[in-house]
Amino acid sequence: MSNDLKIVFGRRYRFAASHRLHSDQLTDEQNCRVYGKCNNPYGHGHNYVVEISVSGTVHPATGMIVNLADLDEFVQRQVIEPFDHKSLNHDVPVFRATVPTTENLCKEIYQRLKHFPLAKLERVRIEETSNNAFEYAGEEMRDRMAVR
Amino acid sequence: MVYLTRKIEFSASHLYHNPALSADENRRIFGKCNNPHGHGHNYTLEVTVAGEPDPVTGMVLDLKELKAILEREIMERMDHRFLNYEVPELKDQIPTCENIARAIWKLLEPKITQGRLHKVRLYESPDIFAECYRNGASQP
Repeated sequence: MSNDLKIVFGRRYRFAASHRLHSDQLTDEQNCRVYGKCNNPYGHGHNYVVEISVSGTVHPATGMIVNLADLDEFVQRQVIEPFDHKSLNHDVPVFRATVPTTENLCKEIYQRLKHFPLAKLERVRIEETSNNAFEYAGEEMRDRMAVR
Repeated sequence: MVYLTRKIEFSASHLYHNPALSADENRRIFGKCNNPHGHGHNYTLEVTVAGEPDPVTGMVLDLKELKAILEREIMERMDHRFLNYEVPELKDQIPTCENIARAIWKLLEPKITQGRLHKVRLYESPDIFAECYRNGASQP
């Protein structure tokens, strides 16, 4: 009966970083119109909250899908260290060619975490501010996002 | 289909310890959570019920009814309890967020007869949670 139950473990992390929204494919005027204040030339910052959800078997010996310490260590290495107190545009290679919107940030963090060996990555949710949230669950989104 | 969510909060203590493992292994795997006298959390539980609104009342289920179920099944069992010793549904399990969420699902699912239980999300702290739902459940 409980075999058809899915258990997901979720953990929220924080980092602070700056970014500037500017597309090389748009004129200065278009950039200004599309991105508004976010196009200001020297950038600005956010306290990002990243919520990571993983699924898998709850191991009977530990009661855990994954040991928090292992997940923390992986996320720390893959995401927090390279992003915290950095300029996303300058310090994260993918954002030299891609606009560091939080949509794209979700996808980049998903790519960095999807090979986590100890559980299956279900989704990445980022709160850019307490009023804006974005989620990405890979390209099989419809199946994976069955429940959110 | 409409999804409604009710939130409750309860406070409880627990510890993580597997008697089949050595003291050293328990310490290594569970860290501070293995401290022998336990520790506590303020848990937040979000319960989502799915269903079609009744054409007469406009409700999926009466929230008073859901409130009473949560009080009876969860609060009375778990609030201000030591989960390892006082909650039979968690006997012989490590009372992790994952296992508590699943135990809560099993307690609630048969009791919710208007609409159906869709999802349980249990926060152990604002930054740690577990969810339980049926494989392949539809959105959201």
